[in-house]
Amino acid sequence: MSGSIIDPRLANARAAPKRGMQLSWSDPVFRNIIWQTLIVGLIAGVIWYLAANTVRNLEVRHIATGLGFLSNTAGIPIAETLIPYDPATSTWGRAIAEGILNTLKVALVGIVLSTILGTLIGIGRLSKNWLVAKLTAVYVEVLRDLPLLLQLLFWYSLLQGLPGPRDFRGSTSIVFLTSRGLRLPLLNWEDAHSWALVVFVVGLIGTFLWNRAANKKQDATGTKPAVWPVALGLLIVLPVLVWAAMGAPWTLDVPVLKGFNMVGGGTITPEYFALLFGLVLYTASYIAEIVRSGIQAVPKGQWEAAGALGLHPFAVLRLVVLPQALRVIIPPMTSQFLNLTKNSSLAVAIGFQDVVSVSGTMLNQTGQAIEGVAIIMLTFLAFSLSISLFMNWYNARIALVER
Amino acid sequence: MATEAPAIVLDKVNKWYGAMHVLRDVTMNVAQKERVVVCGPSGSGKSTMIRCINRLETHQEGKIIVDGTELTDDLRALDTIRREVGMVFQSFNLFPHLTILENCTLAPISVRKMPKAEAEELAMDFLRKVKIPEQAKKFPGQLSGGQQQRVAIARALCMKPKIMLFDEPTSALDPEMIKEVLDTMVGLAESGMTMVCVTHEMGFARMVADRVVFMDRGEIVEQGTPTAMFETPQTDRLKLFLSQILRGH
Repeated sequence: MSGSIIDPRLANARAAPKRGMQLSWSDPVFRNIIWQTLIVGLIAGVIWYLAANTVRNLEVRHIATGLGFLSNTAGIPIAETLIPYDPATSTWGRAIAEGILNTLKVALVGIVLSTILGTLIGIGRLSKNWLVAKLTAVYVEVLRDLPLLLQLLFWYSLLQGLPGPRDFRGSTSIVFLTSRGLRLPLLNWEDAHSWALVVFVVGLIGTFLWNRAANKKQDATGTKPAVWPVALGLLIVLPVLVWAAMGAPWTLDVPVLKGFNMVGGGTITPEYFALLFGLVLYTASYIAEIVRSGIQAVPKGQWEAAGALGLHPFAVLRLVVLPQALRVIIPPMTSQFLNLTKNSSLAVAIGFQDVVSVSGTMLNQTGQAIEGVAIIMLTFLAFSLSISLFMNWYNARIALVER
Repeated sequence: MATEAPAIVLDKVNKWYGAMHVLRDVTMNVAQKERVVVCGPSGSGKSTMIRCINRLETHQEGKIIVDGTELTDDLRALDTIRREVGMVFQSFNLFPHLTILENCTLAPISVRKMPKAEAEELAMDFLRKVKIPEQAKKFPGQLSGGQQQRVAIARALCMKPKIMLFDEPTSALDPEMIKEVLDTMVGLAESGMTMVCVTHEMGFARMVADRVVFMDRGEIVEQGTPTAMFETPQTDRLKLFLSQILRGH
């Protein structure tokens, strides 16, 4: 029972005695004050020493601090760019931005893929099928026991060992996996595609609203109107009709061999591919264990009680088991997302130009060490805090009320 | 009424866990509106038997027919039976992430396709019957064991079952909470529900049971009215069991 103020059991309760501090080593309050003063003093001293030392060294070496250098021309090539970049004219600021975007590209895609793969493998470990259970167990044990750096180098060397573009001379294929990366045909983008995309996005919103209306209808009448015909119509049929009405343009930019390399189409570089692949396979092995333990943390009695009420296994999983498993899964899952993001800095080892790699080059060429390190730290701090905040918000939303 | 088919038929049911023979030729009929109490020492197979009736455990030999439907691997038959048979567990098994009210409305809404408002009204009716309507908005973790078990009974009743199974419903409770749960079960028995109840509460058996079934080592050893069973036990095994639980109390 929750305690109420007029609880008769508290009738003869009284306030705890107040006691002052004595200037004696045997008084814990006095001791705490002394210790804390000492520690704060020590930390302040270390900070002062580091700051003074830095300022003096900068003076001796005639290095000007500040972020002004960011608007100087970088002059370094960047292999993978998401925003327009020209080594001859673009600034350091833009080069760093490319690095940050590249880190983001690996981290976001990696988090999504490793969550999907890890969840599948985690469920596989619980399978009653002997082969599935053992294979997934072997996967987890091998992948999480080997150092990530080794795995990245392994995947990268494997890709380097692929045949070069020239070996594909005379091939009529339109997809090429070469030592220079994966070359894919690209769709020549036209207005019809843009309009189809707009209709698709509108359809997405429409489907969402219809689903909400269907849930309301279920509350009111007990039966839920079907959602899939509306989704099919709005998300697939309508965009295709719009595209067809505008002449159904369909031409591909196909990669072809020209000289020593391929031209045309889109590329996934071996560096990005190896980094993403390595990070996803490695992190998925940890996520698999988190998902497995989360599902196993839900007592068997929950399955039985829900089953005895007539719920089908899928409904039991969705309505009873997963909501409880997620509470156990989310906090360690957050840690793995953060780990993946920070581990992406191993990109340096295989030549993928993430924020660490670009900042490192900048640091070498301009000598702006403090700024370079600060940029790396701030980037990862910002990513990590964003992930933590989002996951904590989600965790609080699904938290369990107890007592 | 007399010509009605039995609610539950068990015909030579056998079950093994690996090499262990846990149910041996168990044959028993439960008539409509009959109240059967199953007792026996631990490991006698009584929980296994009751869990076979709604197929939380599968039997390997023999026939189980519930409300006219035989239990097989056919999933539709399982659906039909699970809707008509409610179950209460020793460890309550309430859903900790849902409120008391949501615990009660989950199955009516998702299995019976009942409108939410109607399901909530129904749930409140049963929560009033088990005397805890004021707890509807709380979560299971905030309730005492006795209250949780009464919610579990209300939750099962919300599916309007024809048959209720109780698997040692009071064994996990403190003595002062046993009575509130038993009172609820007595009320339910008086309302004419078909009940099969695994319990050691002999007072409850005397008060409501039409028949007591005594199991030992996987078989039904003796059965009869409570008075006959407790006052003139025929077999040595039942005599021994009764002397042990009477000494224990």
